Amino acid sequence: MSTTPRAARHIVQNEELLFEISEPGKAAYQLPELDVPPANVAALGERARSDIAGFPELSEIEIIRHFTRLSTWNYGVDTGLYPLGSCTMKYNPRVNEFVARLDAIAGAHPLQPEELSQGALRIMDLLSQYLLEICGMDAITLQPAAGAQGELTGILLIRAALQARGNARRLVLIPDSAHGTNPATAAIAGYEIAKLSSNAQGTVDMASLDRLMTDQVAALMLTNPNTLGIFEEDIHRIADLVHQRGGFLYMDGANMNALVGRARPGDFGVDVMHLNLHKTFSTPHGGGGPGSGPVAVKAELEPFLPTPVLTRRPNGALTLEEDRPHSIGRMRAFAGSFGMLVRALAYIMANGSDGLKQTTEDAVLNANYIRTRLKDVYALSYDTPTMHECVFSDKLQARKADVHTGDIAKRLIDYGFHPYTVSFPLIAPGAMMIEPTESASKRELDEFIAALRAIAQEVDTEPETVKTAPHTTRVSRMDEVAAARKPRLRWTED
Amino acid sequence: MSDYPSSYRFTRDHEWIAVEGAKGKIGITSYAQSELGDVVYVELPKVGDAVTAGASFGTVESVKAVSEIFSPVTGTVTEINAHLNNAPETLNQDPHGEGWLIKVSLNDPAEVEKLLSAEDYQTFISSQQH
Repeated sequence: MSTTPRAARHIVQNEELLFEISEPGKAAYQLPELDVPPANVAALGERARSDIAGFPELSEIEIIRHFTRLSTWNYGVDTGLYPLGSCTMKYNPRVNEFVARLDAIAGAHPLQPEELSQGALRIMDLLSQYLLEICGMDAITLQPAAGAQGELTGILLIRAALQARGNARRLVLIPDSAHGTNPATAAIAGYEIAKLSSNAQGTVDMASLDRLMTDQVAALMLTNPNTLGIFEEDIHRIADLVHQRGGFLYMDGANMNALVGRARPGDFGVDVMHLNLHKTFSTPHGGGGPGSGPVAVKAELEPFLPTPVLTRRPNGALTLEEDRPHSIGRMRAFAGSFGMLVRALAYIMANGSDGLKQTTEDAVLNANYIRTRLKDVYALSYDTPTMHECVFSDKLQARKADVHTGDIAKRLIDYGFHPYTVSFPLIAPGAMMIEPTESASKRELDEFIAALRAIAQEVDTEPETVKTAPHTTRVSRMDEVAAARKPRLRWTED
Repeated sequence: MSDYPSSYRFTRDHEWIAVEGAKGKIGITSYAQSELGDVVYVELPKVGDAVTAGASFGTVESVKAVSEIFSPVTGTVTEINAHLNNAPETLNQDPHGEGWLIKVSLNDPAEVEKLLSAEDYQTFISSQQH
């Protein structure tokens, strides 16, 4: 253990575990003297609990300082650029938090009487209307917990609609560029997965689709723009083909940040889609969640929406309707992640339609700025124009000095940035996937670009520096292989 | 560069099989292990389990991904390489030898004829390289 004084240590150095700073006899509480007869613990026999051996013993301020110091190590959207491709790590505006914390909203209880819940229901109703307008769809559920549960809801809706037509079908078609949640969703919903290969442009290959789209295919699950950031220009033809053969077009809305205010999935043939409020609509993403994954549908799927469904009584009052005989049932307790619905509504209303459109344009502009300024030093995985994110490959660096996407990402930490997404999508070998979002200023983008250019230079001059990065962090490079092969999941004294 | 034994047969999913009579030994190819990177865990079937040509019989987990392993043939598992539980790195070190995965008894030895020769497999993977 280090002998450096604590005062100097907490700024730059590592933090011991609570177990390591524990001292016997310390406690963060003091109980009053017992004023009732003591319980007869012996009478419990073997059901009596024993003390937890080895539990850390600390004072209150030591615990507070430990966790407060750890909290300052966080890297989040509030501390710097977070270019994690496919995750849309955008700024979470403070106005969202202000609204979500208003007493009447934060203090509402899901079981309070309907007449006292009209405000909360109105928030849900208004958000539903805005999201439907943005997506060009007919009906919506705000219930799903996040993107993956939204996908599951969507595929269960498709299954129910097909069953109502007489045959649920057997297969779901998924492009090889898709998020891994897509095949997982289809499998959990009881479908087999058929993989759709991408063409040389990184988009859906129409000939393969034509061959695979049989009368056994329930749905095509498509992300648009796809995970390479490329807009599927054939989307109308894709939708027509799927519809002609009796299938549904599901759109994974993970990349909706490239479309809001500019193009509506409902207009280009999508039947069911989910939104990630924690991506596109600025609610916290990651540890700050929870997520929220509303699912919007075309009219044919409306009868199957999860219960309860938000409707109006004859007197105009909003109500949550449970009597829905064709519903797939409830997907989540109460009204879903209600606090996130509030934040998403605040974001939409604070931006307005012109602001949302500007947001989309800025997100696409920022990604293309990075792409243009880096494509002479990093190889592009695909030449096809991209939208809100760009995907480079480590091909040049791997060939020159055996430096890979993970090495470059770790070196980026030394330059003060959160890494981009590594090794995804799977169809782009050595992928470096960058999504700056609209939140980045030009100055930040220039700093990020300069860092990646400097690293490209280092690959030529001192590749070992890159291969052994990070160097400036409290903990240097982990032996990921050893950690996976022989994981130590619990602290032990030795 | 690892050699692809000429007596082995290969699949386009990057498995190999070495057949002797009605028995076969199955593993993943050197190309597969190099694409996967460091293997950290191998999940195998049990002795007595049935395997079906083209169907998954287990998974290989590397630091990069979890990948399914597809059986080149239809048959029954007679032995598994339990050594891989403690030393999954064997798959990276000797994929065509000590890193074998399972042994099977074949339902139809003629099935092997449909698989790729070492030469055809090498042509196939060079067309996959980026």
